[in-house]
Amino acid sequence: MRLSYLIPLALFLLIGIGLAVGLTLNPREIPSALIGKPVPEFSLPPVQGRTLGLATADLKTGEPQVVNVFASWCVPCRVEHPLLMALKRDNLAAIHGLNYKDDPADVAKWLDQLGDPFTRTGADRNGRVGIDWGVYGVPETFIVDGTGQIVCKHVGPLMEYDLQTKIRPILADLKAGRPSRVKC
Amino acid sequence: MLKQLGLVLLLLAAVPATAQHLDDRLADPAQELRARDLSRELRCLVCQNQSIEDSNAPLARDLRKIVRERVSAGDSDRAILDYLVVRYGEWVLLKPRFNAQTLLLWLGPLVFLLIGGLVIFALWRRQRGNVAAAAAPLDAAEQKRLATLLEPGERN
Repeated sequence: MRLSYLIPLALFLLIGIGLAVGLTLNPREIPSALIGKPVPEFSLPPVQGRTLGLATADLKTGEPQVVNVFASWCVPCRVEHPLLMALKRDNLAAIHGLNYKDDPADVAKWLDQLGDPFTRTGADRNGRVGIDWGVYGVPETFIVDGTGQIVCKHVGPLMEYDLQTKIRPILADLKAGRPSRVKC
Repeated sequence: MLKQLGLVLLLLAAVPATAQHLDDRLADPAQELRARDLSRELRCLVCQNQSIEDSNAPLARDLRKIVRERVSAGDSDRAILDYLVVRYGEWVLLKPRFNAQTLLLWLGPLVFLLIGGLVIFALWRRQRGNVAAAAAPLDAAEQKRLATLLEPGERN
């Protein structure tokens, strides 16, 4: 039997598998360079009308925490807002807001009208801290473990599905102190 | 006629308008040039297949500003690119660096060229073998058989 007849078939399978994998990846989703790294060094003042700002030290309390990058001008943020309120009611972890390039009066109105899910809310007026966090599209949501290490990053609005399959299980694992096997 | 000629001349006089962003430029033209060259190497994270120099996304503008700041602070090119790679990963570089992860990307074309070369070489050798075999003179038995085959008539 001439094995060389199998070469085209092997090539076909190889290319087919390569394309099947390659074409089903989401090219818009950028793998975060910060997962597994400590949160960047930063310190932000509170947004207008609030008293607690957000800084690196606030994310190293020994408890897992959620950091949500949001802005009042961001429409998807409005979509995910009820889910943040729901996550707050779960009481799994404190949620902090990183208010990205926003107008002080607008964000105050936003929090007053829609409800404030955040324990601390840092105002990143010029977006520099956002860049330090590798933010490229608002909203983004990070999970930080008790030592201040970034465990997970979600880009885009959170959906109920994301809460169920990613955010809640990872937070539960972190609280229980077991390594999470949930794919972020 | 003169009108048409004038029109053609006018059309020829049109030059492409190279768009420039309304950023604050650096005072030193050499530094400004360096900042722009660096910006052309960095991917805009929002529009993804544009460089931050080509993009008018707000994030791209912020990143250009950072690049200019770093250039005027005297950072090396490598340090400036690293600053963004730390935050956004290797992906932010439009020209990926040569390392273990990008080995296949950089050497892939060479490997394919090598495979193609080997295939061509193998084919060439086989063909040369055929030609050599065909060129060998016929022995006596073959000559005789050829003569009978070529003999006209008496077929069937």
